[in-house]
Amino acid sequence: MSRVDQAEEAVKFMEDHLHEERLDRILWAARMRRDQAALQVPEWEELRDLASQIKEHTLSHLAHYLEEFEKNAQANGVTVHWARDAHEHNEIVYRLLSEKNVTALVKSKAMLTEECETRPFLETRGIQVTETDLGERIQQLDNQPPSHITGPAIHKTTEDVADLFSRVYGSDKTKADPIYLANIMRENTRPEFLKAGAGMTGGNFLVANTGAVVTVTNEGNADLSGNVPMLRICSVGIEKLIPSDEHLAVFIRLLTRSATGEKITQYTSTFRKPRKDGEMHIILVDNGRSARLGMERFWPSLKCIRCAACMNTCPVYRRSGGLSYGSNYMGPVGIIMMPTFDIHKYSELPFSSTLNGSCTNVCPVKIDIHEQIYAWREVMEDKGQIQIVKKEAMTVAGKVLSSPKLYRIATSSTETALKVLPGFAIYNPLNYWGKHRDVPEAAEETFHEWYKSHRLKGNEVLGL
Amino acid sequence: MTARESIFQNILTNQPAPRTLPVVPKFHSKKAQDLPQLFVQSLKTMAGDTVTEYPVDLNAFLRARFPSAKRFCSAVREYAGTCTPAEFSRWSDASNIDVTIVRSPLGVAETGSVLLSEREFQVNPIGFLAHDIVVLLDPRDIVENIHDAYAHPYFQETGYCVLMTGPSGSGDIGAVTVHPAQASMTLTVIFAPRN
Repeated sequence: MSRVDQAEEAVKFMEDHLHEERLDRILWAARMRRDQAALQVPEWEELRDLASQIKEHTLSHLAHYLEEFEKNAQANGVTVHWARDAHEHNEIVYRLLSEKNVTALVKSKAMLTEECETRPFLETRGIQVTETDLGERIQQLDNQPPSHITGPAIHKTTEDVADLFSRVYGSDKTKADPIYLANIMRENTRPEFLKAGAGMTGGNFLVANTGAVVTVTNEGNADLSGNVPMLRICSVGIEKLIPSDEHLAVFIRLLTRSATGEKITQYTSTFRKPRKDGEMHIILVDNGRSARLGMERFWPSLKCIRCAACMNTCPVYRRSGGLSYGSNYMGPVGIIMMPTFDIHKYSELPFSSTLNGSCTNVCPVKIDIHEQIYAWREVMEDKGQIQIVKKEAMTVAGKVLSSPKLYRIATSSTETALKVLPGFAIYNPLNYWGKHRDVPEAAEETFHEWYKSHRLKGNEVLGL
Repeated sequence: MTARESIFQNILTNQPAPRTLPVVPKFHSKKAQDLPQLFVQSLKTMAGDTVTEYPVDLNAFLRARFPSAKRFCSAVREYAGTCTPAEFSRWSDASNIDVTIVRSPLGVAETGSVLLSEREFQVNPIGFLAHDIVVLLDPRDIVENIHDAYAHPYFQETGYCVLMTGPSGSGDIGAVTVHPAQASMTLTVIFAPRN
């Protein structure tokens, strides 16, 4: 599998300043709303501590809680399935649909099904799959993956959506109005709920002591997908477990505030039993999670509750857009998750970070994201996954920065070189920094040279 | 080895050292709270309306509030409506409902949420396929926060329940939250004491 070059893909996104600046602005606004929401909850930091501790406890007793969940779900009349990997998951879904002769499926947004590539798997087998989350549907219609965990089409402008809907639905391309466009979506998607033979949801949480799947949506599409068709399928990663409703309350208070700054989503729903005369199936998916549980440095990434606060605050993500990561999970949390799926393919991702720690500061479950990103860089070095040019550059930089003498020689000679060298020599292929911006003009002297000529001697006093 | 056995074997091999499960406080405010007032404010921020004075004539009130509505599905004793949930043996037929009226057993002041389940809906889609939804709520049934809400027995007993907080909405286009999403277009909560 070829290596994802996030920096290169980011450049393509940034060439369009309109999209770049807009994405930066709206995500930063979300970050600010998150801060305001947190400030209004006096126990906010205590909630973050609790959430982290609850998740760590559950993950350290995962086998126990999975057994408890399975037992309670089965007692509720639910069929529980286990999938080691994406293929097994998709096979189970397809078998369940085939057994009921289902040819049309409505589904609500679930990152797990993106991870498993469930939609293309089913579509190639003749199942019509309709994404019912507005953002996810936009991405489906545009044949693109989600670019953000909670806002799949957040990189698109209203004009982009108007253009897309005019091509797909024949709506008025000139009406770039979110209300008009949302109505177009409503008119075209609601009939799909009525005719679908099955509904599929993910799950934000699994509650062990009640056997419940909890979903969180703004649109009510999980409630429609899960309540209208006779067959309900819930696909959930094994790390989504929490012990009880008492603990669920902590996460519900944190999740939406961290994501959008609102106190809660419009629909926070608990599915425990099949609907009348219907069936409910829960597929518990591993797909590398149990292996990650054994990674001493990286298992805490399993605490993630998919709020996307780390993306909204990340200066790299805000400027480069989620599609540049070439991965199911993007932004800071994607950087620490994706190498567990494919270390070579995602070996460059840990370098798409400034390590400023903002992601860690906003994480509602206190994952040490920026420290894990740094640790992944070390892993890439140990595993020989760093490209030679970058490795050599870092080796040279390490030597220069650790020696004051070498550093002074380097800065002085660089400034001299900048004054005399022609442009083609300065903007050479190895000068990555200068690829998309001008190199600043060289100063007349280095700070060290200035300091040497101005420093006070003996008993001189600075005349300020 | 089955998938289940394989997954459990991996987990038991890889589980980190045991961590302690913390005690979760209720986080009640130390000051006296006007819970109905807080509920109204919270729901308003989610684009939901609250009618704090019970209408003298509920039928006239609903007709005036939804003048173009023809099909009123009532799941409450206080109002007959034009149909009842029992009439929808095919659940997808609930898409013809203009207005659904149900009673909630619980409100949450912190968020402006109302709790609803299969016990109220009888036919669950009436709460989502209807164009508008009206919820009767006794202000005495409002609890302070989400911790209180999750102590409600519905979460242990019902097959399906939802904390509904405002009408269906989406911010997926232009990062502006709008309210023609997939489910109901409006949510109106009427404070209505239980008899």
